[in-house]
Amino acid sequence: MRKNSNFFILIGTIGLFVCINIFLMASGKLPFSSDGFGIILGAGLTLAIYSFLYKDNPAFKIAENLYVGVSLGYTIIITWFNFLKPDLYDPLIVPIFSKTATRDPRYALLIPSLLGIFMLLRFSKKLSWLSRWTFAFVVGLGAGVSIPRVISAFILEQIKPSLNPVFSGGETMLSSINTLLIMLGVISVLIYFIFSVEHKGAIGKVSKIGIWFLMISFGASFGYTVMGRLSLLIGRIQFLLRDWLGILQ
Amino acid sequence: MNFLKRTIPLIIAFVMGVLMALQYYVPHKLSQDLLEVVTRWDRIIAGFAVFIGAYSLFHLHWTRIKRKVEGWGYSAFVFFGAIITLIFGLLNGGKFFWNDKQDGTMFDWLYYYIQVPAGATIFSILAFFIASAAYRTFRARTNESTVLLIAAIIVMLGRVPIGNYISQYIPAVADWIMAVPNLAAKRGILLGVSLGAIATSLKIIFGIERSYLGGGEQ
Amino acid sequence: MERFLRIDRRIIFAIITVAVIVSLVLRFELPIPASEPVHGIYKKIESLPAGSHVMVAFDYDPSSKEELQPMSIAFLHHCFSRDLKVIGMTHYPGAPGLAEQALTSVASQYQKKYGEDYVFLGYKPGSASLVINMGENLYSAFPKDFYGNETTTLPALQGVDSLREIDYLFDLAAGTTIEMWIAFGKEKYKFELGAGCTAVMGPDMYPFLQSKQLTGLLGGLKGAAEYEALVGKKARAVSGMRPQSVVHVIIILFVIFGNVIYFLSKR
Repeated sequence: MRKNSNFFILIGTIGLFVCINIFLMASGKLPFSSDGFGIILGAGLTLAIYSFLYKDNPAFKIAENLYVGVSLGYTIIITWFNFLKPDLYDPLIVPIFSKTATRDPRYALLIPSLLGIFMLLRFSKKLSWLSRWTFAFVVGLGAGVSIPRVISAFILEQIKPSLNPVFSGGETMLSSINTLLIMLGVISVLIYFIFSVEHKGAIGKVSKIGIWFLMISFGASFGYTVMGRLSLLIGRIQFLLRDWLGILQ
Repeated sequence: MNFLKRTIPLIIAFVMGVLMALQYYVPHKLSQDLLEVVTRWDRIIAGFAVFIGAYSLFHLHWTRIKRKVEGWGYSAFVFFGAIITLIFGLLNGGKFFWNDKQDGTMFDWLYYYIQVPAGATIFSILAFFIASAAYRTFRARTNESTVLLIAAIIVMLGRVPIGNYISQYIPAVADWIMAVPNLAAKRGILLGVSLGAIATSLKIIFGIERSYLGGGEQ
Repeated sequence: MERFLRIDRRIIFAIITVAVIVSLVLRFELPIPASEPVHGIYKKIESLPAGSHVMVAFDYDPSSKEELQPMSIAFLHHCFSRDLKVIGMTHYPGAPGLAEQALTSVASQYQKKYGEDYVFLGYKPGSASLVINMGENLYSAFPKDFYGNETTTLPALQGVDSLREIDYLFDLAAGTTIEMWIAFGKEKYKFELGAGCTAVMGPDMYPFLQSKQLTGLLGGLKGAAEYEALVGKKARAVSGMRPQSVVHVIIILFVIFGNVIYFLSKR
């Protein structure tokens, strides 16, 4: 009986959706074109995904899986047109096989291509060890380029403003207090994170201050997270009301 | 064989790591050319990684279909979506994939009317769950959680126009929270994470951290 | 008392939905003064002479579109109205469609020509390596643009060899790309950097604002609304501030109500 009622809710909703779209097209609110049908498809998918809020159902699962498939297809095709074609196919493959090519093939590109293919051998049982060469190249390069840049950009540049003079003339009392507070916060948070000894005595007290700073910042992050998620929802409802139903101007 | 499987990768990581770290301090033309070449190579390798991701996802859904696990029928929609997108992408509006990408084709239509609305909607669902969680679980149980809660409320009010209506001090306090205690804590975290990243990089270069070699034989 | 805490969560979902719809349909004006980090971006663009090169990194995909697309449109309005040359690119494979849509729709309103006034380089994998590659040589990183044109032939790129010649770089970020641009780009190639990010990431960016590694920041839809108001192009973000305000108040009331019930039932 329950299964039956769910089935009727689903069919009823789809029927209503179809009727609304017929009305929208007939009244000219939606153009009778590929864009018009696209908006209908987009609205249908949006509603199908929101139907999950009522309960998990086939419409949601179909929309979700279709999205995964299309995203995957899009990524592969974009990777071809934006990367494989201009960076490998055009400068390396075309000049090798085309007699009309004006440029010589760039054979140096064979090295990273080979390393790329080694990485794909990860799925082979016998040759998967070759992928380690590629990972070693990538990871070693990443580690090497990161060290000096992270020291400069995230450590030295970040310590600099924390060491601003508290008073060098012209500041208000409040800004001097803020400078001190920032220094206290940075040091106490670092002590809370870095010292793995038991947090007792002076270290305990300072790391306690660190926790208070962290709690305020987590509160701020929570506030911003609520804000961000809501913005996404508002955007989707704007799409339904404006682009699909034409209620908003 | 052990040399090929284990020693060579460790040598590659060491050489690349040391070379690239030192390169930063040598502003010579040769050193800059080296940087340009290896970063171009790394970009090309990264492009191949896209196919690892694609293969893993296809494999996952293909296994679900093959083993007929519960809900396997939905996995067919992953293949359906991917295949039609790939077909229209390769057809490239009749110009085929070996020519430059054409604009306004069915491939673009699938992106604008399936990927964009569905992707945006899936992530917006979280708005409802966060509202529900705020009501059910966001409690001032301890002093610390009370501080967190008060900071969150001030920021939520101070960051929207209505905060101004209630009191002009709310946005000012929210700004102060962001620019002083929040900044201090985030900077502390950033410094801690950066020191950790440098330590991990050094471990990779000197072969102490080897998890990138993966498990398996040898 | 505790039964209030166990209400069907679908009731909460319904309240949020109705609140958003009603506050979108009912039109009421709210003041949207620009905050200091938003002014930072605006002032920088105002200070650039016509013909300066601004690179826009569209580092987001459809999942963050509702926050970042209004932001990129408002920013592009400002750039094109000031006759700046815009260079678009992205680190995200899911971004090109959105970036192209934003660029072409805004450029056409100012009669800007592709190739001369703006270009779209498209997507490239490589993250940090791509940034370094662009810092050393833009044409090696992007031999062709999104449409397959040789980048060396595009007039809009004249005078730009690498990131060093970029007058301003604006990153629209849904992930950790701002940190990446700072560490692997700005740190060595010394360009001016501004950013727009999802609200979730906003608080993490404050250390970079104070250290002046970022000249300004647009945080979430609120940042986009402030920018729309500043450039006089009020659109989706500004109208989104009505539901944003109302639902924030509702959620705060939820939290207060939940806590009151919790403490009353504990007694």
